[in-house]
Amino acid sequence: MTRAAGRTFGLWLLAMLAGAIIVWNTRFSADMSFFLPARPSAEQQVLVDQIKEGVVARLLMVAIAGGDEEQRAALSRDLRGRLAKMPEFVAVQNGEAGSLDAGRDFLFAHRYLLGPAVTPERFTVAGLRTAIADSIDRLASPAGLMFKTLLPRDPTGELFALVGGLDTGAQPASRAGVWASRDGERALLLLQTTALGSDTDGQETAIRLVREQFATATGATGFTLTLSGPGLFAVKARATIKDEVARLSVISTLAIVAVLFFVYRSPRLLTLGLLPVASGALAGIVAVSLAYGTVFGITVGFGSALIGEAIDYSIYYFVQSGRLGAAAWRERFWPTIRLGVLTSVCGFGALLFSGFPGLAQLGLYSLTGVATAALVTRFVLPPLAGDDLHVRDVGALGRALGRAIDGLRRLRWPLLALAVAALAWLGSEHDRLWTANLSALSTASAEDSAVDMALRADIAAPDSRHMVVVRAGDREAALQGAERAGAQLDKLVAAGVIGGYDTPARFLPSRATQAARRASLPAAAELRARLATAVDGLPLAAGKLDGFVADVAAARTMADIDRRNLDGSGLALVVDSLLLQHGGEWSVLLPLRPPPGSENLAIPVPAVRAALAGSDALFVDLKGEFDGLYADYLQEAVLLSLAGLLAIVVLLAATLRSPRRLAAVLLPLLVAVAFVVAGLHLLGERLHLLHLIGLLLIVAVGSNYALFFDRLSAARDPATLASLAVANLTTAIGFGTLALSQVPVLHAIGVTVGPGAILALLLSAIFVGRAGTP
Amino acid sequence: MTARRLTACLLLAGLALPAWAAFDVAQLMADLARHGGGRARFVETRYLALLDKPLVATGEMTYTPPDRLEKRTLTPKPEILRLDKDMLSIEREQQKLSINLANQPEALAFVDSIRGTLSGNRAALEKNYALHLSGTQQKWVLTMLPSEPKIAALLQRITVSGSRDQVRSIEYLQADGDRSLLVIEPVAAR
Repeated sequence: MTRAAGRTFGLWLLAMLAGAIIVWNTRFSADMSFFLPARPSAEQQVLVDQIKEGVVARLLMVAIAGGDEEQRAALSRDLRGRLAKMPEFVAVQNGEAGSLDAGRDFLFAHRYLLGPAVTPERFTVAGLRTAIADSIDRLASPAGLMFKTLLPRDPTGELFALVGGLDTGAQPASRAGVWASRDGERALLLLQTTALGSDTDGQETAIRLVREQFATATGATGFTLTLSGPGLFAVKARATIKDEVARLSVISTLAIVAVLFFVYRSPRLLTLGLLPVASGALAGIVAVSLAYGTVFGITVGFGSALIGEAIDYSIYYFVQSGRLGAAAWRERFWPTIRLGVLTSVCGFGALLFSGFPGLAQLGLYSLTGVATAALVTRFVLPPLAGDDLHVRDVGALGRALGRAIDGLRRLRWPLLALAVAALAWLGSEHDRLWTANLSALSTASAEDSAVDMALRADIAAPDSRHMVVVRAGDREAALQGAERAGAQLDKLVAAGVIGGYDTPARFLPSRATQAARRASLPAAAELRARLATAVDGLPLAAGKLDGFVADVAAARTMADIDRRNLDGSGLALVVDSLLLQHGGEWSVLLPLRPPPGSENLAIPVPAVRAALAGSDALFVDLKGEFDGLYADYLQEAVLLSLAGLLAIVVLLAATLRSPRRLAAVLLPLLVAVAFVVAGLHLLGERLHLLHLIGLLLIVAVGSNYALFFDRLSAARDPATLASLAVANLTTAIGFGTLALSQVPVLHAIGVTVGPGAILALLLSAIFVGRAGTP
Repeated sequence: MTARRLTACLLLAGLALPAWAAFDVAQLMADLARHGGGRARFVETRYLALLDKPLVATGEMTYTPPDRLEKRTLTPKPEILRLDKDMLSIEREQQKLSINLANQPEALAFVDSIRGTLSGNRAALEKNYALHLSGTQQKWVLTMLPSEPKIAALLQRITVSGSRDQVRSIEYLQADGDRSLLVIEPVAAR
């Protein structure tokens, strides 16, 4: 090794070391944020918050099967007892009676600060009389009978008014005193984890604890545990991606090493050839880590494709410079390779502008990786490798390929006709080509989704699809906003437009409201005087209501209810899940419930929007937003793909300076794209956003081959042709490995670009540089 | 006449007049189970220690065997109470309250006393109550005493009276001494 080579190698080593340190300290994630918008609208922000930290994202549903009803119920109680003690769970519900007592006691004790009906009018003689008469009427009904013992202390029925707005609708079925599936064959529990939905480690711990405690509780009998929820999906997705990153990289590396060893027959060249690849993969992760802070597992998984693509440059160098020497290679081949690198950069670079964070990361990762690999090949590899490369003569392979291509050229017109037919067919199938749903990109298996759906239906888990959101600078303003929105929603409830809604202000009213309610309460002597008149003629004597007078007097001096007062009851959970703080901003969520008995439980969206018009409250349809996300991404991906394509065309046009040559280079690429789309559709693959990106990459990667045929008449030079064939094979292996992935994002790119790359080479050989172009 | 001969006589009489002698809980249950459902008016009077006067509610009830019961109160305030299997729903003043009775064992025991009586489901009744029958097939009185301590804490006794397969009144005596009496008058013969 010469001094210059040593210096270059040293610099390279330093850079790699620095990169390794950065990667070591990088946070890798496999959560939903891969799919969540980088620049969300106000509505989308609500969705993002809900997915990352919302209550629904923290729910785990558990089903116990096996044994008989009583055994399952006992196991359910046992498991609840075990989990409820653990700090990893904020709530463990299984429908056991008595679990709501703490909440009810709190509501009763604070009814005069919480009661929606507590107004000055309520405590006038007429108001008292009406309220007490109503309470007595209610005693004639089983609905009111449960308030009987409370009547002497709560004759105006404040507790009744307070719990009247609570959700009493859907509840799971119950067997032997605990929740059960509708067929009664499984006991159900609903857990809420302390860990946020975005905290995959925390979710994994929670799930492990459930499984461990279940195993301890059952011993070794025939009970089974089924678990589902967003947390489980996240944990599984991460495990899948982790497993695949390792597996796919190993497969792709081994296959490529085997190909290279066959071509080079030299461990030294093999090792040298892998240098640019390793550098590129490392640089890619470093760039993503520095730009985004967090690297998605899927991004790293894309590495196997990068390996296949980045190895091309060293293949070109070794095979092509073998005869010519490094200097001649730089002169003759490097400009074409550089142009190919630039077209690849255009393709990947277009993704950088995506609002879909996963896509932007893939773009940055690949762009950096490819550019680094090319630069290392150009500047580091030649001095390290030296001049005596001893590359085996691959001319024979090239000559054989040349003859095959000559044969294939006769198929030009049939191929063109086939491409036209494919396009026409795709045009007619247009409506069936694409899936219009973000869930197509989800890593969750169909089986897991089915389990989740079944459990969700059984447990009647809240879907909280529609909600009203109020934002403010502090807690008090947020709660006041929630109360204003609540007043509008109350009208909708009264009109039967919606069934009801939840609000944190029900259990934690704003201080202003608490003060107003406190001020509505008359002093003890005054209240006693009014009561005497009010109950005249009613079957309830004023003398029995001393408890009421005492409670009202106590409420007049009661301190404001604070969030801390709710600790220890289920109400704390409700308030915390609906009142969120982000730095200096507070937001209140008011989930809406559909009107009882309505068809498919729909919320009449226009009516709700109209009721909230003019207020600062925002109506959000979470499912609509989620579905809309994909439409946004797809629309953006179409634009970005077109922009990427345009950039490639402009780059090629500027370099080739001939419309005819430009057309000749582009034609095989577009034919390849048409064949790939038609082939995938024929095989029943439903195309989505990532297939579209794959198509862009076919053009970006495939143009490298077309350029070789155009500028270097590769078809007539056996060594160049052989290097192209080997490089193409490694690229196809790299991308093709992704097709094995269970992660839809990777799979889609794999099945698109893998075959697309081979087609691009073949079609370029057939169509480009035929008639002795220079 | 010795006690033994008396026993023999009674036994003989029993054999000779089976329909008369066999009126027991099993027979009552069999009669009740044959009831095909129907409509009835009711008057419900609640005697509460807290109030100076009893509360009276009136309305109609419809029973569809074996597990659907609708109680429609007309006075003093309209209210509809529906029992469908284990779902109890109460509609009152635009409010609808649904209770899954399976989640509330005490309420279920309460409801089972009505439902078990109407449908002649002895097993359901004996799950929570000790049954005592007196009277004749024409005029019987079935007394139910809660056997579960949790239910006994709420309820002292349920007394159901009737004629043949028709329940005429149900009286609940609560543990605190309050009681309610439901008097039932069939509207149309089946």
